[in-house]
Amino acid sequence: MKRFRNPTLINKILSALAVAVIFAALVWISMKRIGLNLDFSTLFEYKKRLFDGFKMTIIISFASLIFSMVLGMLIAMGQRSRILVICYACRAYIQIIRGTPLLVQIYFFFYIVGTAWGIDNRYIAGVIILSIFEGAYISEIIRGGIESIDKQEYEIARSIGLTDIQTFRLVTFPILMARILPALAGQLASIIKDSSLLSVIAVIELTQTTQEISAANFQMFENYIFLGLLYFILTFAVSMLTKWLEGRYKHENRD
Amino acid sequence: MKIEIKGICHNFGGQQVLRNIDYTDEFNSLAVIGPSGAGKSTLLRIIGGLLIPSTGELILDNKKISFSEKALWEYRRNISFVFQSHGLFEHMTACENITLPLIHTFGYNKTDALQSAVKLLSRFGLFEEKNKYPSQLSGGQQQRIAIARAVAASPNLMLLDEPTSALDPELTSEVLDMLGELQNEGLKTIIVTHEMGFALKACEKAIFICDNTIVESGDSAEIFTNPRSEQLKAFLDKVLEWSI
Repeated sequence: MKRFRNPTLINKILSALAVAVIFAALVWISMKRIGLNLDFSTLFEYKKRLFDGFKMTIIISFASLIFSMVLGMLIAMGQRSRILVICYACRAYIQIIRGTPLLVQIYFFFYIVGTAWGIDNRYIAGVIILSIFEGAYISEIIRGGIESIDKQEYEIARSIGLTDIQTFRLVTFPILMARILPALAGQLASIIKDSSLLSVIAVIELTQTTQEISAANFQMFENYIFLGLLYFILTFAVSMLTKWLEGRYKHENRD
Repeated sequence: MKIEIKGICHNFGGQQVLRNIDYTDEFNSLAVIGPSGAGKSTLLRIIGGLLIPSTGELILDNKKISFSEKALWEYRRNISFVFQSHGLFEHMTACENITLPLIHTFGYNKTDALQSAVKLLSRFGLFEEKNKYPSQLSGGQQQRIAIARAVAASPNLMLLDEPTSALDPELTSEVLDMLGELQNEGLKTIIVTHEMGFALKACEKAIFICDNTIVESGDSAEIFTNPRSEQLKAFLDKVLEWSI
């Protein structure tokens, strides 16, 4: 297997091309079999709306990432709390959120909880709901990161006379960040895709925009294929970012 | 350095790890020997202020050590500790590992701390390694850097918990040589070790711990050549069986 470890550049390019051709051929054959002819030109006249939707998806995703990280950190700490009520509350939150579909949560939080507490703005509600959902996953990433840190690191910190705050700042936090950054970046890709479900409460992001366009031009196939492409551009960028982060922290993480 | 240990007992999870440790002596270098699981490391961690014993007193140079977190934090500043392995922060380079306590515990400015670190690293032939992470260093290099960090702020006492037991023989002597050199310069040390040659030749005094208590103690020459208790005789027979 050794000769596959360091492929030549030509090999890499040809392999990538071959994969692209196979995938394209599969799609093309499928379309031919059902006699589908795609015409993306009508989408052009909606470019402003699509661009606005695209922007909104990015804004909602980033806002949700920030809030869900704060929430995730609090929940991860809460789970380790010595006060049982806090500990149980955090565990219950994670179980319930991870155990129910996002779609159900969106309806429940928007129409019942949101209405009860007077949150009418769909965008704010959307970010809150998405943050609550992703926060549960992020808190598990953080908890896993904290638990993966060797206890001896704390003992060294104690032995050289660091205070608890210094230990967190100089030891726990940098090690934790190095370990969870790639996973957090991966979670951002999930947030981007999950944000599409906010279309059900009429948040005008990318998916909702596409649905509205479909109602006008009736070109469902073109619209949704293009929608998929736009999401892929976003998540592909994030996945490149993840790779870069992994490389960056690798030397500190090798065992 | 004068050490007085009075009636120290330690229980862990319902099990007695140390019972009635009584020991008073003056020493420059002290070796703690004994079979695995006897409680050697626990005693060392208590002396190092990393563990609060269930009962008992610890007096160093006529100063009673108060077992409160705050007092221990102050106490630990003057004592340094070297662990069996993985004693360096994994996310910092060799140099950063040494400067960290100097800057954050002892209040050096960055330039001074860096200067001290580089001086120490050069002295022990580790200058080339200064920008490497622990994962890029050999076990022996890691331990020597851990020792360099431990002596950087001139502690009153250095404690070492089996610093060579995770190393192969060649690396072991590299670490022990460094340690011997520091002891000759007057650094006070207590070392838990399985290296009987080092305990005998480089340490002035020795304690033998067996079955969770001190069975024998005294000058190390005396302990090794003239063991009195059956346990120590049996232990020495076993560990020296294959020595040349």
